[in-house]
Amino acid sequence: MIQKDKLFYGSGLPYLKMDKLPGYLIVIEGADGSGRSTQINMLKDWLESRGHAVLDTGLKRSTLVGGTIDEAKKGNLLGRTTLSLLYATDFGDRLENNIIPALEAGFIVLADRYIFTLMARDMVRGARRAWLKEMFGFALIPDIVFYLQVSPDVLLHRAFMQYGHLDYWESGMDLGISPDMFKSFKQYQSMLKDQFDNLAQEYGFIIMDGSMDIETVQQRLREEILERIDL
Amino acid sequence: MAMRKVKELGINKTYPGKLLIVEGIDGSGKSTQVYLLKRWLEEHGYTVFFTEWNSSDLVKDATRKAKKKNMLTPTTFSLIHAADFADRYERLIWPHLKAGYIVLADRYIYTAYARDIARGVDPAWVRNIYSFAVKPTAAFYFQVPVDVGVSRILRGRTALKYHEAGMDLGLSNDPAESFKLFQGIIKDQYDAMADKEGFHIIDGTLPIEEQQQQMRAMVEVMLRRYKPVIYNRSSANHEEGYEK
Repeated sequence: MIQKDKLFYGSGLPYLKMDKLPGYLIVIEGADGSGRSTQINMLKDWLESRGHAVLDTGLKRSTLVGGTIDEAKKGNLLGRTTLSLLYATDFGDRLENNIIPALEAGFIVLADRYIFTLMARDMVRGARRAWLKEMFGFALIPDIVFYLQVSPDVLLHRAFMQYGHLDYWESGMDLGISPDMFKSFKQYQSMLKDQFDNLAQEYGFIIMDGSMDIETVQQRLREEILERIDL
Repeated sequence: MAMRKVKELGINKTYPGKLLIVEGIDGSGKSTQVYLLKRWLEEHGYTVFFTEWNSSDLVKDATRKAKKKNMLTPTTFSLIHAADFADRYERLIWPHLKAGYIVLADRYIYTAYARDIARGVDPAWVRNIYSFAVKPTAAFYFQVPVDVGVSRILRGRTALKYHEAGMDLGLSNDPAESFKLFQGIIKDQYDAMADKEGFHIIDGTLPIEEQQQQMRAMVEVMLRRYKPVIYNRSSANHEEGYEK
């Protein structure tokens, strides 16, 4: 079982009075097409059938600035620091208004991506690691962080299968790596993967091979959860 | 041309412009002073770019919506204002400094430090957030006793907005009383950082003319080796932010 000696990665939320939270926070990180949402849905079913209350939450689902982010991305209107801070705002909103209240109420929170996706994207775009680390010091330390690792080649085919085309942002076209979307996608995804691999070491992710079949991945996730959390 | 080294998103940058900013509690008279400084600079032929706190369009909508619903926590309040500032910084302030302009800012990152720390976020955390922004050429702090500032504000108007009055801090249920207490905390923050941040302190209770004289004398020295932007105005498109 895990024992956490602190609640937050950094300076936390000093104005909140919190001791121990009765719930559990389980994070699943991974690129688009790594199978995150499928796995989360299956975990939710499993946990609920065992009688646990579950909240699933993803990035960019808050009502605070979600709309602003969508609007800005459509026109590519915002600078990188601005966009980075808007995503951080959005994350903060979800953390304080959804995740923490649910954990206080004893829920198991399944987070479809967390601060690490935001950090990886920003670092690929030149943000300073130290700046990001300090900023996201207000984030709760999850009980488990899973990382569904999938090679850019597999992601490419999954994107074609699922959407029929490559997404502008998921191809990192804003970086100007190459006007060729295929090339840009592959390079951008491999840059992201490098960042994730670094973060995995630093933050102790449990790495899962996301190219395995769905049931096998699910089985492994459940085993890891049972091993680490006293459910 | 004097270049300053700054860090922004991991890149060391230099710029030839000048950044002059004013800070102070509400009712300290800083906006009047920065306006008079702007007039004076323009009369001397300088092209000046003026910017205010909380004025970028895109983020403004989100900020307004969020404030109306009172759904902001100290952390999200801090972050959304940082995003708003970053938007102005990345699109307006930084490019103008880089192009060699004099940029005048009515409030800068110190406003965020003071307000956010007053709301209870970690001081080192908020300073880190704003570390992408350059240190100004000069920061003028208009120092007034809280009563002076508050009475100047309350005299002119009736309703104080929720966050403006610092109602979210739970200091008092009476908006005017809350405003006064909130401004007191902000003033303490400014006073505490004045030394460390190298503020030029101007006594905001002095006659307006005298304050302006002090400010102009200091700015004159700062501009001695500054090379103004040479640009043919007759062919220019005048956009928002540039007067005349």
